[in-house]
Amino acid sequence: MRGHVKLGPEVGVDLPLAKRRVRGAVEGDLASIFLAIAIVLGIVLALALLAGADTGLLGALIKWTPFLGKGFLLNVVMSLFAIFFGTIGGVFLGMGQLTPASWISLPAKILTQIFRNAPWLVLLFYCIFLLPFQIRIGGQTYAIASWLRAAIGFTIPVIANFSEIVRGAMQSIPSGQWEAARSLGYTWRQTVTSVILPQCVKRMLPPWMNLYAVLLMATPLASIVGAEEALTNARTALQAESNSLLLLPLYAYLLSWFFIYSYPIARLSMALENRFAVR
Amino acid sequence: MADQNTAFIKLHDVYKSFGNSPVLRGVSLEIAKGEVACIIGPSGSGKSTILRCINALTPVDQGFIEVGDIQVTSKDLNMVALCHRVGMVFQQYNLFPHKTVLQNVSMAPIQVLRQTRAEVIDRARALLEKVKLAHKADAYPGELSGGQQQRVAIARALCMQPEAILFDEVTAALDPEMVGEVLTVIRDIAREGMTCVIVTHEMGFAREAANQMYFTDGGLIVEAAPPARFFSDPQDERTRSFLSKVL
Repeated sequence: MRGHVKLGPEVGVDLPLAKRRVRGAVEGDLASIFLAIAIVLGIVLALALLAGADTGLLGALIKWTPFLGKGFLLNVVMSLFAIFFGTIGGVFLGMGQLTPASWISLPAKILTQIFRNAPWLVLLFYCIFLLPFQIRIGGQTYAIASWLRAAIGFTIPVIANFSEIVRGAMQSIPSGQWEAARSLGYTWRQTVTSVILPQCVKRMLPPWMNLYAVLLMATPLASIVGAEEALTNARTALQAESNSLLLLPLYAYLLSWFFIYSYPIARLSMALENRFAVR
Repeated sequence: MADQNTAFIKLHDVYKSFGNSPVLRGVSLEIAKGEVACIIGPSGSGKSTILRCINALTPVDQGFIEVGDIQVTSKDLNMVALCHRVGMVFQQYNLFPHKTVLQNVSMAPIQVLRQTRAEVIDRARALLEKVKLAHKADAYPGELSGGQQQRVAIARALCMQPEAILFDEVTAALDPEMVGEVLTVIRDIAREGMTCVIVTHEMGFAREAANQMYFTDGGLIVEAAPPARFFSDPQDERTRSFLSKVL
């Protein structure tokens, strides 16, 4: 019995019925996801064939796939890095915006607005050039790879955007919840961690997934600052092949990867949003 | 039951405005331990604000408030000590929707008062038994009716083992058929000697359960009397006019 109390799901307000509804919606989406993926692959294939089988474009695409894949993996790694640290930072900055103490809330609000309204590319440049190229730890010198500096550059706008998501979600919780917690002796911090934030999780999930999709789409910006991600590698491949006919199929091929990776996330976020709107 | 010599809750000349509109304009009242005080009055007359000032949800502009030996209006108020002494039940229940009924009742004593979990859980189950909701311990608030949620909210307030409970129009949001079940619970608590301050529109309940009636109008307490005299022979014109409208 005691275990039951302890295990009370923090996020899982969802009743079994509601859970089934989400799963149903997601299953219903699977068909459309597969359809979309099929269409994209079809376009890529058609482009390749259109360009003429005699030039061996299809062969070239297949040949460069591992190289492009390696680059794409870096996009994924950078996006996961940025969303992980961006989410942690965003929770704290978002909470900071609502802290009663103005010496915390004011800087938090200013930071959020500055970095939320700055172009991602500019922030990226700042991180690339302001962060040291190498650091010394205990006599050892470690180079900071450009992808890592780029990932840190992506983390900053993610923090600021998530900070606003957190603030909005926290403010959408009815004031009665704050008052009830206060009348039970909870401090502001306890109220936020035990009462408010757990209720925010499901509200924040759709915009958070949306933010991740936007982030992933932004990661090719890192090619400008020299990270060997998918777009950089695609350009390298094009130069090596020096076949201008390959240009369109190769980029379309690359686009389809981003699409296949992020479209399911977008669909899931839409499904969750619909589901929460019903409740 | 009421012992007028030992005031437990004391308000002295309390003023409060929200922006430019004054809500309390010099409210003084004393409630003894074990007393059941009912506050009635037209809406906007400051009834709820009095309750919210007593448990420091609303800071006062002027005047002082005391609960037992706790200075509510003092700068270094110990909120935990105050909440241990005074519980509150709200019109909109304000249960935590992401926690089960049992968790709602038991979480504050565990997290705020740092009491041992097993002991609190036992107490919470006994309280749910008392409000006749033991079978709903593992349900979520969203699965309960309004009356049931309000009884959980009362159990939650009781689980803090307070010496007084403030009831803020706790039946106002309920469907008529659920009002009775909630009032029964409050009546039982009052009978057991809990100090109760009740803001209500249920005149029949007030007449029967209260030791002392207060009538507020325009941010002032214009009449204070035991229910028998209050309802049969109100002194103030405003009380008379209000009672003639609601009775």
